[in-house]
Amino acid sequence: MSFRARHLLGIDHLKPDEITELLDLAQDYAALNRRTVKHSDALAGMTLINMFFENSTRTQASFELAGKRLGADVMNMAVSQSSVKKGETLIDTALTLNAMQPDLLVVRHPQSGAVNLLAEKVNCAVINAGDGRHEHPTQALLDALTIRRAKGRLHRLTIAICGDIAHSRVARSNLILLGKMENRIRLIGPATLMPAGVGDMGVELYEDMREGLKGVDVVMMLRLQKERMDGGFIPSEREYFHRFGLDAEKLALAAPDAIVMHPGPMNRGVEIDGTLADDINRSVIQDQVEMGVAVRMAALDLLARNLRASRGRTAVGEP
Amino acid sequence: MDLIFRNARLIDPEAQTDALGSLRVTDGVIAGRGAPEEPAPEGATVIDAQGRALAPGLIDWGVKIGEPGERHKESFRSAGRAAAAGGVTTLVARPDTTPPLDTPEALEFVARRAADAPVNIRHMAALTKGREGREMVEIGFLTDLGAVAFTDGVRVVRDSKLMSRCMTYARGLDALIMGHPQDPGLTHGAVATSGKFASLYGIPAVSPMAEVMGLDRDLALVAMTRGRYHADQITVAASLPALIRAREAGFDVTAGISIHHLTLNEFDVGDYRTFFRFTPPLRSEDDRLSMVQAVAEGLIDTIASFHTPQDEESKRLPFEAAAPGAVGLQTLLPAALRLYHQGGLTLPQLFRAMSLNPARRLGLPGGRLSEGAPADLILFDPDAPFVLDRFALLSKSKNTPFDGARMQGRVLGTWVAGTPVFGDLA
Repeated sequence: MSFRARHLLGIDHLKPDEITELLDLAQDYAALNRRTVKHSDALAGMTLINMFFENSTRTQASFELAGKRLGADVMNMAVSQSSVKKGETLIDTALTLNAMQPDLLVVRHPQSGAVNLLAEKVNCAVINAGDGRHEHPTQALLDALTIRRAKGRLHRLTIAICGDIAHSRVARSNLILLGKMENRIRLIGPATLMPAGVGDMGVELYEDMREGLKGVDVVMMLRLQKERMDGGFIPSEREYFHRFGLDAEKLALAAPDAIVMHPGPMNRGVEIDGTLADDINRSVIQDQVEMGVAVRMAALDLLARNLRASRGRTAVGEP
Repeated sequence: MDLIFRNARLIDPEAQTDALGSLRVTDGVIAGRGAPEEPAPEGATVIDAQGRALAPGLIDWGVKIGEPGERHKESFRSAGRAAAAGGVTTLVARPDTTPPLDTPEALEFVARRAADAPVNIRHMAALTKGREGREMVEIGFLTDLGAVAFTDGVRVVRDSKLMSRCMTYARGLDALIMGHPQDPGLTHGAVATSGKFASLYGIPAVSPMAEVMGLDRDLALVAMTRGRYHADQITVAASLPALIRAREAGFDVTAGISIHHLTLNEFDVGDYRTFFRFTPPLRSEDDRLSMVQAVAEGLIDTIASFHTPQDEESKRLPFEAAAPGAVGLQTLLPAALRLYHQGGLTLPQLFRAMSLNPARRLGLPGGRLSEGAPADLILFDPDAPFVLDRFALLSKSKNTPFDGARMQGRVLGTWVAGTPVFGDLA
């Protein structure tokens, strides 16, 4: 087995062979998920806690389903509504939780690096389900699996990531993952939504969407994160859609078999035309959701194997 | 009572010399210098420096003490002990306490608390009441009571009209105003310098241009009011042209920098290490090198530790939420010596920025090795290696970015007005 990580905190720490192993396993789980009996006992006897410091319906549901399909005991904690409001710190929460002896912990937090901090304080395996503007590794992995299934490969593709890149952890994880797999990446968006220094990361930058979309194999749209914008980043949604919204006319500039992706939830009519989002010939948005469960099952499974192996080593070493 | 240091490498920041000699102290005041083996008067205490460095004690500008309000983080007593051990003979306390030091009564209170510290302590006062940027403090009363400068610290006075009035009023009293040259609109919410690193790590960041804009505004106000102004920290190369222009125009303007911005860069933050969170945030390596050069050329006048004690709870948080700043009283000298060992700055240049210039700018008597100056002195071995253990620091708080770092340079003894306050040499 090449997947060595103890936690899944970001894409940065994964090697290409680890990514491939995870995607291969996810591919098997995707097949399992299409059967009538969608059950495995890979996590039998284990406890998975979903701890979300920030609201998220779809990611949390996806992890919950993944855990349950693998036979784990799954608990959901919406922390933003309880302890934090009473003044408990992140580390207090982690220690409390750790005392409950979970095996796998899925964490989402509004601040970058918070999940790394938490991972240092607990004994179980931790999966980052999105921290601030930093990373969202399972989203990048599910995007990768979706691309691999649609295009037949995950290398030497030209991939455009469009829209609100500055506020997007999805973009950051994808940039790293797709870069590791030797793809050509274009970032398209208004300069106000482009993170500083991103030009040094081996990507091509475009402010003109029509120019940027020419000949690309994959068009990855991002949600305009209005809730993270505390100043004027764009003059209006109307103008944004005109310049950066994906519609049939702009998509016609991409390769004829280009696929359209979106991590959801979508602002229809703001970053993507509603009809295009629903076009099953071009849009793989529903596949992304499906692959999300499979990828999370694979991630949980691999981390659980490593956890068992390390505990086994400890047990052998004990006097 | 005479004290004589023999065989000492005398670091003179005024003459910019570094030469072997002896130094004589009488009644707490420097009485003169001589040859390395100068004969000692009868009854004098003789210290053989064995060729190690003797320099004016450091004058650390902008030290946060937790009194009042946060005594669990630092007290005058603990800061005084840390200062003595670090070779700081005068520490200048910041007014960003809780509540802020903004009234004569508050100044009297801290002056009483500071009285039994082993080193000299001077105080800065807030510039506006409550550091709220709405009303000027009683600059006259506070100056009479010994406030050496006025500042709201990192809370920039946004109202330019009020800032201009403060400068104008202070000018009449010859009082010094210290500004934090950052544009508050741009810096709001930012905890790193914008660039590839901050973008990769997803940390809210600010362009270095915020500093240029803040400095430009303050210098325009200086041009308007002709006040005395000191920029607390200049950290990016792009700020330097404005500083040069202001000097050439004859304005009374000086600038400082923290030792952390001179010795660390943005990549040191690594995996969200909150001990490396500073205000302003750490800059690029290019900017750091420009700043070292600017200190060598005398364009940046002062280096300070910007000692900011934070307890464990304030730092054990996600990077964005963690409190900024680090303790520095005991690491100022060894960190500064990194610049000497790397060949960036000579010892006389370092002590010009850490002793002489702060004394001159704040109107204090120390900071030099001249006859008649107070015998605030340190004897140190610039080459002695050690590994820093943060728990060995004497500050109540242990937040230092240098924990576990290999450092070179140890203080062997500290004297204030000729009296030993650290070390066991005399």
